[in-house]
Amino acid sequence: MSSIKDIQEEIKEEFMQFEDWMERYEYMIDLGRSLPLIDQAYKTDEYIIKGCQSKVWVYAELNDDKLVFTADSDAIITKGIIAILIRAFSNQHPSDIMNAETGFIDEIGLKEHLSPTRANGLVSMIKQIKLYALAFQTQIKES
Amino acid sequence: MHKTDFPVEKYRKDFPILERKIGKYPLVYFDNAATSQTPKQVIEAISNYYATYNSNIHRGVHTLSNEATDAYEQSRKKIQVHFNAAHPHEIIFTSGTTHAINLVASGFKNFIKDGDELIVSALEHHSNIVPWQMLCEQTGAVLKVIPMLQSGILDMKAFDQMLSDKTKLIFCNHVSNALGVINPISELIEKGHSVGAAVLIDGAQAAPHIQANVQELDVDFYVVSAHKMCGPTGVGVLYAKEEWLNKLPPYQGGGEMIAEVSFEKTTYAGLPHKFEAGTPNICGGIAFGAALDYMNAIGIKNIAEYENELLTYATTRLKEIPELRIIGDVAHKTAVISFVVEGVHPYDIGSILDKMGIAVRTGHHCAQPIMDFYQIPGTIRASFSFYNTFEEIDRLIEALKRALSMLL
Repeated sequence: MSSIKDIQEEIKEEFMQFEDWMERYEYMIDLGRSLPLIDQAYKTDEYIIKGCQSKVWVYAELNDDKLVFTADSDAIITKGIIAILIRAFSNQHPSDIMNAETGFIDEIGLKEHLSPTRANGLVSMIKQIKLYALAFQTQIKES
Repeated sequence: MHKTDFPVEKYRKDFPILERKIGKYPLVYFDNAATSQTPKQVIEAISNYYATYNSNIHRGVHTLSNEATDAYEQSRKKIQVHFNAAHPHEIIFTSGTTHAINLVASGFKNFIKDGDELIVSALEHHSNIVPWQMLCEQTGAVLKVIPMLQSGILDMKAFDQMLSDKTKLIFCNHVSNALGVINPISELIEKGHSVGAAVLIDGAQAAPHIQANVQELDVDFYVVSAHKMCGPTGVGVLYAKEEWLNKLPPYQGGGEMIAEVSFEKTTYAGLPHKFEAGTPNICGGIAFGAALDYMNAIGIKNIAEYENELLTYATTRLKEIPELRIIGDVAHKTAVISFVVEGVHPYDIGSILDKMGIAVRTGHHCAQPIMDFYQIPGTIRASFSFYNTFEEIDRLIEALKRALSMLL
């Protein structure tokens, strides 16, 4: 099992091959199409991350001691962004997710999506993933 | 070939921002309904103010203050003349349209009682909905909504039926920001007055394309923002009939708006200062005047005529794309096209267009009720101004086709 850091390095390498924005976006769209989709039952307001323009749902559950994320969005580029996050953070231990750096987003050229005022809510997605990790970490400790 | 002999290339030179590149692409700015760009004549008015006569206005004894006061009051006069108000003091400077609407809504608290009715159109921007909802909550008045038809126009038959002697206020935009549809405001005003209701028209979207004549319209309140018409952000005006301004209480207390202050009793200043508490956006007010001078030198009619040609051309070309559907494709509209593409989220299209240097707006355009009506998450809105060109529309079409080849 690769560490979060290793996966982030992998993603960075993939994105470095692209010569222009178009290839990068095409790849993100492909990633969006392969996103591990959230169970329809969880596609409710309870699991929604409020962004301004596109809706994003993220669900997390523990599988042994690893946290597994599924998600969906009504916009394909947003799906691509969440797919990148899920690839980096899913199937990892909650404490590792909590402590993980998120600088790779910047390095793969998605910096423009990072500002908290942006419409796609990337910052909110990262925050939500970290909050899930925190909640499940607390749950593990208590049990 | 296009009919027009409108010298667009000449005017484009007035806008330094149009020389910008986004990545490797020259900027195509089609978000004019959100804010218009600023010509160098207005930028110079702003820089000249700060460089040569920046000072606080009214009651100053020194030269700079007198110059600033004169320039500010001249600007008020220009705005009065532009909208054909009867008096300069019927023009109240505000921070923009939203502030102006809130000023009126707040003032009406004293005149609205439980059971009174307010009528709003379904085509409104949130800024012309929420202040009135707040007024209704405070007073017990009922908010009624003129429904819209599938085509994007207001259902005026339904309006006729909801009018009664309980109707106290009607508010509607002159032009819908989300769709560009021009509303039948003369009819709304006339029928509103026939039952004794006051009428407020939000002219924010209309002002860059249509020169409203407030006396001819006989409208009670007309509100605009400078930044939609080549002026700076943070300044706008409320036009109100003198009799209303005399009736309405001050909106905010502070300096500028008083005649005399003691701890026992304060008397308010006369019009327009009663509604202009505190140091205003002096530079913004002056620059608004400069923006009007700029637009009037070109002529609003000439602007509208050229923009209409852009609209017709863009509409025809957009219809080449079979999956694309224009929302509010009516005859009577300004140079705004709102559209959706079946199976694609507006946000995705907007993001990819941006990568090709094309600025459009996507989303609900602060008019969620309209999106709910069409059951869509939002639209892509391209809004044109007189400094846009037919070639830029060609670039939009090419970019759209490319985006859709990636997304569909």
